[in-house]
Amino acid sequence: MKIRAVASNTFKEAIRDRVLYLLLFFAVISLISSRILALLTVGDKIKIIMDVGLASISLFGVLMAILMGTGLVYKEIDKKTIYTLLSKPINRLQFLLGKFFGLMATLFIMLVFMSLIFIIIFLLYSGQITWKFFVSLGFVFLELCLITSVALLFSCFSTPILSSIFSLSFYVIGHLSWGLETLIKKMKPGITKFLTQAVYALLPDLENFNFKSEVVHNLAIPPKIFLFSFLYGIIYTFFILVLAMLVFRRRDFI
Amino acid sequence: MSKQKILEIKDLYKSFSSGFLGKKTKILKGISLEVNKGEIFGYLGPNGAGKTSTLKCILGLIFPDKGNIKVFGFDHLSIKAKQKIGFLPENPYFYDYLTSSEFLHFYSQLFQKQKTADIDALLKLVGLEENKDIQLRKFSKGMLQRLALAQTLLNDPELVLLDEPLGGLDPIGRKEIRDIILKLKEERKTVFLSSHILQDIEMICDRVAILVNGEVINQGRLEDLVSQEILFTEMTVSQINRKELENFGKTLTHYGNKSLIKIYDQNKVQEILQFINEKKGKVHSLVPRTQTLEDIFIGMVKQK
Repeated sequence: MKIRAVASNTFKEAIRDRVLYLLLFFAVISLISSRILALLTVGDKIKIIMDVGLASISLFGVLMAILMGTGLVYKEIDKKTIYTLLSKPINRLQFLLGKFFGLMATLFIMLVFMSLIFIIIFLLYSGQITWKFFVSLGFVFLELCLITSVALLFSCFSTPILSSIFSLSFYVIGHLSWGLETLIKKMKPGITKFLTQAVYALLPDLENFNFKSEVVHNLAIPPKIFLFSFLYGIIYTFFILVLAMLVFRRRDFI
Repeated sequence: MSKQKILEIKDLYKSFSSGFLGKKTKILKGISLEVNKGEIFGYLGPNGAGKTSTLKCILGLIFPDKGNIKVFGFDHLSIKAKQKIGFLPENPYFYDYLTSSEFLHFYSQLFQKQKTADIDALLKLVGLEENKDIQLRKFSKGMLQRLALAQTLLNDPELVLLDEPLGGLDPIGRKEIRDIILKLKEERKTVFLSSHILQDIEMICDRVAILVNGEVINQGRLEDLVSQEILFTEMTVSQINRKELENFGKTLTHYGNKSLIKIYDQNKVQEILQFINEKKGKVHSLVPRTQTLEDIFIGMVKQK
């Protein structure tokens, strides 16, 4: 009940924030441009539209998660609204979870909205949308959950600008870290390989949530990978939320 | 019969680290005090004495280095204790994208018992019933203060913590809030009021604690702290020669044929009255000045 109250307030805050609509505007432009881009490209135009479309939904979803997520807790502390809120019978964990779920609800609505626009554009041009498209969207949402939890963690102790830089770095590293996997395969056994493996285990691998190629090229998604990616997202998000709670638990609001 | 203790603070210490080297600054240095049921307790101290820090410790917004706080016999961080507390911060800031009605609905959901039915009555009590659908970003400072008071009373609290509740208000607003505090007393609520405005405390508090540099240097009932002894008497007199008045005391001002005279020797008050009577003069006012909280407060702060 209390988590829901904070979540609902966070949702209201996000929905009444102009930044959200600015991002949504650019997302729509980007989705429309996928069709224009297809006109300029040689090859399978449908694949281009699908690829650019999914990438736009994912990118703008991440930007929304970072730009709004990094202010989630910081704004409450900076504007001192947290003083009266935490003086009510609510504990800090409920507060953090409320903030997290509130933003997730907002991102869900935004994702649905962007997807609907994309589906309309796509159906007008070609015709068929497969179930894999919706699976891919589901994993975009899971990635947004993780990015939001990271933004929330940084928001607990840092300013929005720094938190945005940290969260964006997390996103970029997360999408490049798969290169290490290739490197590990080519390395000879030894301490260097072990260390590289340790670094790879610590760094996020957000490519686990990327099913765009499977959708665009209509490839099969093995259930094992599907399940692994799902559990990876859930456990990683949970881990980051626990870290955020540990940071937030004993924080003084001076 | 022993009085029911609503708030008990024992040996509270708090320090903050600042700067690159993390130099510690002691804010609270062993505060101990008790607040009984139904009283208005004034927490008095100059700016930076540690009043707000004490309140933040009670509410769990900052964590003390050492010490013990009990509210209604429970640990101060327990949800049970917080169910019965109302808190008014010094400079209230709220979610400016909400309307006052939405804001109170949001806070009411944080309490076990649903209080949504009382929201309209609360808005009426603080004089905001006309503005219930206006976003808080359009509220003036006075309106925000009123709304802050409404959220304080949202759960019909047994203990009300007020941090400088009258600061920044116009005289009418101050009187209204003072009346609400006195109404709380009538309802046997307990009020813990921090302020540096002595007039407020003197007018409404039963007991006070004086805080200087993070230490409570005196506490007790107001009448025990303030002596009833007359310090001097101020008198406004007309139709008497100014020089003749100076035999009794010091003339402060002289305007037209009126003089304001300050008499330190109480025996001379009767004498001057008799003298004025004989000379067919006129007494406009006669004010004996006893010791005030301000005298004690300034004396203690200077001593410290």
